Amino acid sequence: MRGVSFAVERGELFGLLGPNGAGKTTTIKMLITLLLPTSGQARVLGHDVVSDAREVRKRIGYVFGGDRGLYERLSALDNLRYFAELYGVSGRDQRRRIDEVLELVGLKGRERERVEGYSRGMRQRLHIARGILHDPEVVFLDEPTIGVDPVGARELRALMANLIATGKTVLLTTHYMFEADELCDRIAVIAHGRIVGHGTPAELKAGVADGRVTEIEVFGIDDPVLDRLRAVEGVTAVVVEDRDQKQLLVVQSTGDRELTHELLGRLDGVSVGRVASREPTLEDAYVALVTE
Amino acid sequence: MRTLRLIRAGFVANLKMLGTSSFFLLTSTVQPVIFATIAFYMFRTGGRSGTLLYAALGAGMMGIWSTTLFASGGMIQWQRWQGTLELGVAAPAPLPLVYFPFSLANTVTGAYALAATLVWGRILFGVPLHLVHPWLFFLALPATLLSLGLFGLLLGSSFILYRHANALANLLEYPVWIASGLIFSLSVLPGWSRPISWILPPTWGARALRDAAIGGAVWGPLGMTLLLGLASIGASAISLGWFERRARRDATLSLT
Repeated sequence: MRGVSFAVERGELFGLLGPNGAGKTTTIKMLITLLLPTSGQARVLGHDVVSDAREVRKRIGYVFGGDRGLYERLSALDNLRYFAELYGVSGRDQRRRIDEVLELVGLKGRERERVEGYSRGMRQRLHIARGILHDPEVVFLDEPTIGVDPVGARELRALMANLIATGKTVLLTTHYMFEADELCDRIAVIAHGRIVGHGTPAELKAGVADGRVTEIEVFGIDDPVLDRLRAVEGVTAVVVEDRDQKQLLVVQSTGDRELTHELLGRLDGVSVGRVASREPTLEDAYVALVTE
Repeated sequence: MRTLRLIRAGFVANLKMLGTSSFFLLTSTVQPVIFATIAFYMFRTGGRSGTLLYAALGAGMMGIWSTTLFASGGMIQWQRWQGTLELGVAAPAPLPLVYFPFSLANTVTGAYALAATLVWGRILFGVPLHLVHPWLFFLALPATLLSLGLFGLLLGSSFILYRHANALANLLEYPVWIASGLIFSLSVLPGWSRPISWILPPTWGARALRDAAIGGAVWGPLGMTLLLGLASIGASAISLGWFERRARRDATLSLT
């Protein structure tokens, strides 16, 4: 990380976006006291994450995406009982609190089954239950919907929105732009260890609002052709997305100038399919920021 | 009170996990029987009378040590593999308190080895199960298990610092059996090896159990057993603190 600086308000859902290796998880792990920063300072609820790690740990919850991080051979209930003790949930509150979180994440009735038999979505919900079991003030969610099917992911997003409704402050990292657009009050975009853009989703979209996005389906495009497209006047970003046998070329440009003909002209020798022009989305704003 | 609750929760959780591990159950069941058989035939061949209970207790302690060494020695590495180490480190509870219950549960399951050895010896070899100081024996047993549980925490917290800890664990099984005098008297070992024997909790635990069972001064070995357990707490706290700082600095708490 190099010079990353941001503040999250109480009760806010703050998104941290960026490509793989940009430093999102590193940032979160420093904030939850699992990594020591080599320089600089970070505070959570006023407590320094290095010198006051224990106070930070008492007040936060965190959830990482993926299969790992649960005791597989134990039931969900046994996992939650253990973590309740680990986080100092009193015996008086434990049963009530476990019931509440199981209800909240929709695992009520399945809590006595061993985790090793759980689906990805169920594990992810159990991760969230574990993360909020001790009723933390701040919750860190690191790609919580990764690998979860669309229906499960939608349920998890509803759950995240519910956390904010209950007064929690949430810091979320995700690769899914629609998820960030739907949930986040504010977003910071990280690339190469730096913050390259921040603001509300509307503000980020406004940054590319005066531009156009042209999508062209192509078959077998190579780097020299991409370089020719990038050289077109007004083009700000060119991204290739693989779609089975074909690729989708997403070209961002500034101003109202119609570039479709010029772009197609530079695709000499490349098989072209569907061509479309549309308004920029948060994803386009993100792509423009991380490819700058 | 909260500390005791955390110890109980970790202990119960690990017992449940061990109870569902077929590999652990199989080795825990079969190994003591093999140890006991070897020890009994050795002692029977030696033709010394009155030593069968001595052999049975030693063979039982061999099983307890093996369980402590392999299950507790690899405990923290295992937590890292399954992605739960970060959860333990990021919890507000002190790290030694997070992993001591796991180590204790490992050692207590090792007590089965002792029971199995005694029962096996009784059925197959007619080992007399008469205890000279029964109350002291049942005091020495939990003290030994507690001390080895704490020593297991030290092993786990030390092994995690070394990449080839598994090889180290394999290397330590037989030498500790020998250095602790589990199946023969320490007097047959060379003098220079005595200090090594003295710092090993199995040495004193085995002596306390034998003195209580066969007759002897129980309190000295019992005190040493507990003292080494206490020393293990301090050493574990230092080792775990060092590990935590290093892992947070080098980002090695997780495998991803």
